[in-house]
Amino acid sequence: MIAHAIFFYIFSFIAIISAVMVTVSKNTVHSVFFLILDFISISCLFIMIGAEFLGMIMLIVYVGAVAVLFLFVVMMLNVAHQKNTFFKSTHGSRHIPIGLLVSLIIFFELVIVVGGWKYKPDLINSISLEISEVSNTHSIGYVLYTDYIHLFQLSGMILLVAMIGAIILTYRKREGLKRQSYFSQISREKGDGVDLVDVEKNKGVKIDV
Amino acid sequence: MFEIGLGHYLTLGAVIFTIGVVGIFLNRKNIIVILMSIELILLSVNINLVSFSIFINDLSGQIFTLFILTVAAAEAAIGLAIIVVYYRNAGTIRVEEIDKLKG
Repeated sequence: MIAHAIFFYIFSFIAIISAVMVTVSKNTVHSVFFLILDFISISCLFIMIGAEFLGMIMLIVYVGAVAVLFLFVVMMLNVAHQKNTFFKSTHGSRHIPIGLLVSLIIFFELVIVVGGWKYKPDLINSISLEISEVSNTHSIGYVLYTDYIHLFQLSGMILLVAMIGAIILTYRKREGLKRQSYFSQISREKGDGVDLVDVEKNKGVKIDV
Repeated sequence: MFEIGLGHYLTLGAVIFTIGVVGIFLNRKNIIVILMSIELILLSVNINLVSFSIFINDLSGQIFTLFILTVAAAEAAIGLAIIVVYYRNAGTIRVEEIDKLKG
């Protein structure tokens, strides 16, 4: 029980500190780093409390997709005003210390969680500990694909609409680019391209190009 | 102190929610930080739902968290796309320089 308390305080302390750092840090890239650290701390908490499926999904979706998307946009828009020094490795990037710090903390958190997994019956709260064969992922699957199947499919539609919307918003036509035009290629007829000419003897044909 | 109950998790969620809201209000840098604060707020909602779901022993909270996750991902994608388009048109995404609507 006391180990559970200690781990809870460690993870929530890191989560709160990094949430503060997201809002107050001067550099947007640092904000994204601390956002990643926050998500990882909270997903460690989820895994510890017994919602392991959601913890893993948070790792995959937030850290793997959303935070990396943020990082892409931050670097693409150059809001840090560091166009000259950012990618130049000659006089060391200033992002390296913060990045190293964040990744060290993430590493230690993962070590703690994976180590704690071995002693899970001792660590987990007795309230949430139910003696059953069904794991968290199994039980979520049982409920999600039966009772909530319509909502599940609706969330798929939401993702589809978001994807199409994002593509349409950021798509721009470039000038001077040769593209295939399927419609004009398919609707081309014989008369447009081929011309039959009667050739007289000993005279040849004059082709006007 | 050493008995971690529902209240501890709810307090953590409340603290992170407040930090997210304060981050929206006090922001003077760019809109991306505001989007990140919104992500923090959604995260705190997820903490509340999951902790209730665990302590009440009902799976609905975790299912709702899954849907919130979906909507948050969609929202982040659309919001970042809008920011990219705005940056392309206006050349800036600083909060105090976006005053076209004179609000």
